[in-house]
Parts: sequence; structure tokens; C-alpha cells
Amino acid sequence: MTMTVTLPRVLHAASGRPLSLREHEETFGAMPPTGTLAAELEASGLSGRGGAGFATSKKVELLAGLRGHHKVVVVNAMEGEPVGHKDRTLLSTNPHLVLDGAQALAGLIGARRVSVCVSRKESTIIHHVQRALHERELRGAGPAFELQTPPWRYVAGEESALVHWLNDNESMPQYRPTRPHVLHVGRSPALVVNAETNAHVGLIGRFGAQWFREVGTAASPGSTLVAVSGAVYRPVVLEVALGTPLRTLLSDAGADPDPQALLLGGYGGAWLSGEHLDTAYCAEALRPLGGTVGAGILVVVPRDGCGLYETYRIVEWMANESARQCGPCAFGLPAVAKDLQTLLRGSRDPRAVLERVRERCEVIEGRGACRHPDGVVRLVKSAMAVFGRDIEGHVNGVSCAAATASRQWVAVPAIEHESDLVWE
Amino acid sequence: MKRKFDQFVLRVDPILCDGFGHCHELAPELVGVDEWGYPIIEGQPTPLGEIEILKSARLAVRGCPRQALRIERGRRTP
Repeated sequence: MTMTVTLPRVLHAASGRPLSLREHEETFGAMPPTGTLAAELEASGLSGRGGAGFATSKKVELLAGLRGHHKVVVVNAMEGEPVGHKDRTLLSTNPHLVLDGAQALAGLIGARRVSVCVSRKESTIIHHVQRALHERELRGAGPAFELQTPPWRYVAGEESALVHWLNDNESMPQYRPTRPHVLHVGRSPALVVNAETNAHVGLIGRFGAQWFREVGTAASPGSTLVAVSGAVYRPVVLEVALGTPLRTLLSDAGADPDPQALLLGGYGGAWLSGEHLDTAYCAEALRPLGGTVGAGILVVVPRDGCGLYETYRIVEWMANESARQCGPCAFGLPAVAKDLQTLLRGSRDPRAVLERVRERCEVIEGRGACRHPDGVVRLVKSAMAVFGRDIEGHVNGVSCAAATASRQWVAVPAIEHESDLVWE
Repeated sequence: MKRKFDQFVLRVDPILCDGFGHCHELAPELVGVDEWGYPIIEGQPTPLGEIEILKSARLAVRGCPRQALRIERGRRTP
């Protein structure tokens, strides 16, 4: 079949409901056997879309090099970010594309089992996936698929936490002394891949690396899903070519054209000042500015929002979502949240508090088993750099209209009491 | 004779660690503590030749009530 799928790619043929297997194959064509997929994957330069951006071909190579037939592919559609809904959108549009990708990866590494992980609170998505898996079961070919529903926690989607849940029903990250580290479900090596990455694999398997590279930049080829929220007409998930200028992205989403700042990458991401709207949306252009593509999240904060207030709310929630396994995260994040609160409310010596936040950030960074504390530290540090005006205002005791009126732009869920957090 | 390893790093499993602080007492040259009592270990490798530091690192490993510490040997890349 000649390929005419332009952008959107993984969201192609979005009709507001998930495509059935028959419709899916009519739209995209049948998935060819995985003969040259390994080479195509490497040539495509596909990187993981879950946040870390690790090269998928390297991950596959690592797993394919291991012996044994009891490997497992884990499709990570946990979507721990409260403002992100790209995986949900994908699974309620083209669920079979994700499953195609997982099946192809299973073929590549020699896995006989695929676990699709969707968080328990997404009952609609679970329903869609169940239906899609049932359709495949009737087909009767390919690896054995199973649906897993871990609880929804911020860190539950972190790969070691996910594998921990599959093993012991506990959604807490594990300590990995060496990296890259091969995680095991039972005794089977596991390949944990984000749902969106799977969908891209499904397309690369069909149309090849050259087609994949038609959009995007040389260093980060392809397209990606971005969930835009905040000061927008309504929150949307867009599929854009990597390297699209942020300004174009904002106008496509119907967002405030002149924002104060953008939150990139998610709660563990970084703030980017509104001056940098001409930057391309891709890892290599954002890195010098401290930004990140992360998990495909963009929150727009307009000029009348207060950056310190937004950051405080995020950090407070993130501190509560810590698995409380590592001291620096369990004690450090609440301490930072408390400091930010003190800054917001005013204190006798705000400069000392500001200095303490900086020091604590330095102390916390890099000392957890997972990257959860590092993400929060990155967010706080970038807030210090971007919201200098807001922070100065609070330090000098200028009344802040946004914080007083509790005007909120970043959606943050309600904070649950520690004893109500479900981890298993 | 060329040795296989020529340097070591003291590493802590942050999940196992409960902040007893014994390691800071036993190997103050390698381990600092933060305000919550958890160890801060610089990731810089120490040459194995520094026998006194290696001894105190071993003491810290053996003295850890949670057995969260270990010594990782490595080789300086030439």
C-alpha cells in the first residue's frame, strides 16, 4: 500500500471512537512481518515518548541480546501526569496501532507475552483496550496479550515501579544500581515501552524509517503528541512534527499567543519563559534553555498568572505523591514545598527562605532511587530562573492578585491524605 | 603487575537507607549527612591505594544497620 498518512500520524483517522481491528487494517493496512524492523527502527531514530527519550532501538537491542524465550513486552499507558492525556487519547482512537507496535517489538526481542498497563481509574480506556484485545484474541495469532490495571499514582508509571507492580502488586520504584538496567517480570526480562512509542513502531513497521523521518528534525525525527492545557480555549492533544516552533504549536492549540511562561514536559519538567516562543519543540533546541519535551505536556501560564503560586501547588502535590521510600525525597520535597508556601505567604526573612530552597534543591538532586525528586528540583530551579519577577514581588511583599484570588492555570488534583494513597 | 581494579566508590541504596547515620560516623571522609540525617555520598571514585579511606568505607559498609551500603570497584578508563 502506498502511504498517504501525513500528520496526524498516530492519531490518523480519529473519529471520536476507537477503530475496530477491521477498520484499523482498512486504514493502515496489515502489519507486515518483522523481517527488517530492527534495521528500520535503528534508521528511524525513534526515541521513547514517555519522558526520558531513550532511543527505542537501543532498548530493543539490549533486550534482543539476552537469551531465553520468556521475555515480556510491557506497554506503559499509565499516564501519571495529571495534565497529560496523550496515551488516553491514543488508546481511545487507534488502540490497535499501539498493540501492533507491541506485537512487532515482541517479535523482535522474542517475547511471547505482552502486558498492557492502564491505570485503574481510566475505566473507559480499560474498556477500549479490553475490546481491542478481545478482537485480537479472536484472530488467534501473535503473542499472548494481557491487560494490567495498576493504581494511578504519579510514580506508578515509572518503569521500575510498573515492573514492581507486575511482580509484587506494589507501585513503588526500585533501586537500580547500574544503568541501563534490565528489569524483570518474574524471571523474564521486560521491555517497557510507552504507548505512544509503540504506536510509532506500528507505523515504522508498515511504512519504514524513511517515511518516519519525513517530518521532524534530524536529531529528533518523527511526530509527537502534545497535551496542551492552561490558558487555552480548551485542553487538546495535538500531534505535531518535532521541531515545530512553539508559537505555531500555541496557535494550533488555540492558546494565549503571548504567555508569561510554558510548563514543558510535565510536573517533573521545566518552565520556559514566554520570550522563547520561536524555539523549536524538540529536545535539542530546548535543552540549552533548560526545557524538555518530556512526556509531551505543555501548560500555558498567561501574564496575569503567578509562577510562584503555580510552582508551589505542583511541588506540594508532587511531594505528597512521593513513594516515601528514599529520605531525600520523602523529607526533602515537603520541605521545599513548605519553603515555597512560606515565600508565598510572606515571612520575616524571605531572602533566607529563598536561599534555603536553593540549597535544599542542590542537596536533594540525584539522591533518590528514581528520578521523581530530580524532576521536582528541575521544576523549582527553572521557576527560580523564569519567574524572577513574581518571586521578587513575593519577597518584597508586593500583593499578588493571582495568588490572593487563587487563580490557577495548571490543573493540580486534590491532595489526598497520606493514608488514603493506594499503592497496590 | 597490573591490577584489575584501581579505584572504588561507596554507594548507598536510598530505598534501604533509613538514615541511621552510622556511615557518617564511621567514614566521615566519604559520607556527609543532610538536614534529615540521610547520607550524602559524592560519586567521585577514590583510588584503592588510599588504604585508610578504604578501611573506613569497609567499616561503614559493615556498620550499616540496614545493609544499604556497598563498595563498588572500578577501573579508571585509560
